[in-house]
Amino acid sequence: MFVPCGESAPDLAGFTLLMPAVSVGNVGQLAMDLIISTLNMSKIGYFYTDCLVPMVGNNPYATTEGNSTELSINAEVYSLPSRKLVALQLRSIFIKYKSKPFCEKLLSWVKSSGCARVIVLSSSHSYQRNDLQLRSFYLFIFETESCPVTQAGVQWHGLSSLQPPPPGFKRFSCLSLLSSWDYSTPFRYLLTPSMQKSVQNKIKSLNWEEMEKSRCIPEIDDSEFCIRIPGGGITKTLYDESCSKEIQMAVLLKFVSEGDNIPDALGLVEYLNEWLQILKPLSDDPTVSASRWKIPSSWRLLFGSGLPPALF
Amino acid sequence: MAATFFGEVVKAPCRAGTEDEEEEEEGRRETPEDREVRLQLARKREVRLLRRQTKTSLEVSLLEKYPCSKFIIAIGNNAVAFLSSFVMNSGVWEEVGCAKLWNEWCRTTDTTHLSSTEAFCVFYHLKSNPSVFLCQCSCYVAEDQQYQWLEKVFGSCPRRNMQITILTCRHVTDYKTSESTGSLPSPFLRALKTQNFKDSACCPLLEQPNIVHDLPAAVLSYCQVWKIPAILYLCYTDVMKLDLITVEAFKPILSTRSLKGLVKNIPQSTEILKKLMTTNEIQSNIYT
Repeated sequence: MFVPCGESAPDLAGFTLLMPAVSVGNVGQLAMDLIISTLNMSKIGYFYTDCLVPMVGNNPYATTEGNSTELSINAEVYSLPSRKLVALQLRSIFIKYKSKPFCEKLLSWVKSSGCARVIVLSSSHSYQRNDLQLRSFYLFIFETESCPVTQAGVQWHGLSSLQPPPPGFKRFSCLSLLSSWDYSTPFRYLLTPSMQKSVQNKIKSLNWEEMEKSRCIPEIDDSEFCIRIPGGGITKTLYDESCSKEIQMAVLLKFVSEGDNIPDALGLVEYLNEWLQILKPLSDDPTVSASRWKIPSSWRLLFGSGLPPALF
Repeated sequence: MAATFFGEVVKAPCRAGTEDEEEEEEGRRETPEDREVRLQLARKREVRLLRRQTKTSLEVSLLEKYPCSKFIIAIGNNAVAFLSSFVMNSGVWEEVGCAKLWNEWCRTTDTTHLSSTEAFCVFYHLKSNPSVFLCQCSCYVAEDQQYQWLEKVFGSCPRRNMQITILTCRHVTDYKTSESTGSLPSPFLRALKTQNFKDSACCPLLEQPNIVHDLPAAVLSYCQVWKIPAILYLCYTDVMKLDLITVEAFKPILSTRSLKGLVKNIPQSTEILKKLMTTNEIQSNIYT
């Protein structure tokens, strides 16, 4: 249930709720951290349930000595009234058998609070993509300054992020035969029917890829097709429940592998930004993109403490 | 999937903790027998709060039944030893009840007759001032039992006019710092306090990005959400079993307002603590 920080519950009518799904690589949660930290959103309450593993720590978005001693728990709600945004951050995993009750409690709060729409940030196992989703067999044709050098690079991309070609090389797909083989994006979106009515045009103009249906049971060839989000945690449950409850929900996800998922999180917030325009549009300079999102102070030491000096 | 150095591909555990495919399948394919087994297991793992004399369950939560102004909770054997020697020996404490629970960490399979040498969770109040409560919890309370414990102890109508102090230990390798953990002066104390706790702590506050889990986190989260003043004193140590130096690391707390008036004779308490240590040491010698 939602418990406000102050005495009365804030009015969230018409707001957009951004929330993560606890999913592979924790990409949704990392993306939420970036959004809350960059927009300097203020905490308005807690989403207190018995469904998430308890954890506490001091303010993860601390910027000064003064604000570094506020206690944070596992599920908190932040808001930015000027942009009509409210963000829910989840910081721990579900207790066994409690993920469905959590979805129910969450969606009933969404309905009662009057939020206009929900955007779920999530991720899915990149190794579980089917052939259509992989679609990354492509031909590189490099042209250097002096003369064109043709290099056929057949690369199966198990990685979710494709780097742009190194400087000095231009890539162009000159053979029309190969036009259908240009590399696909690792990002996908999903809209509930009630959301489709309002934002379909905007999404179409962004040229985004909708999440494809795949076989419900991959091993069986004649099983039905349905939306599957392996590694997405409660994403599918939230989506299905929202469809049936007629809640306006959009799911934005990226195909990722576990590892250093900060670049994936940055990619996901940029993807979200294309639609919501939280920050100014991206210029062509790739070096600017990473620095405009404020990394929270709690992201230090993500891979453990310092090493003993005697090790070297 | 991840590749190991030996050239094999293994399924890496998902950091997001989701075994969701299996859980989804479980939900869809759960037969009545499966459901019955699951419910039976849930009943076995239930947390029960029992009255001292009658050993019957309390109908309401502990703090709904008894008024409370101060509640000190020790979680873990070192914290329990500290309160036993320094606080419980300085006054007359009466047992009010105990919590009985079972999980995989318990060394016995008998859930109804846990003997006194087993891990325990007992509640006391001070005879001279019955609104001062103490909890000695040396058993491990599992994830699915933590909220149940909170429900049985605090109830659903939180009162703001009480102060909670929690003492617990953590292994020093859990502490994240830019130096190496080997160079830290363990054991050392850190504190975490809720917004409504206005006094100062006797040690530095826990720095980012460190976090706390388990029952201490559950209690502190409850207090933060319901605006109850509470403080958690965390002792980072490299010895998790009962250890004199670790227990003595809690000593700075004796001078704080949380324990004011509850500690009388410190030298005597230290003696008692030493005796507690020696009885345990003999048991741990593998040659006897």
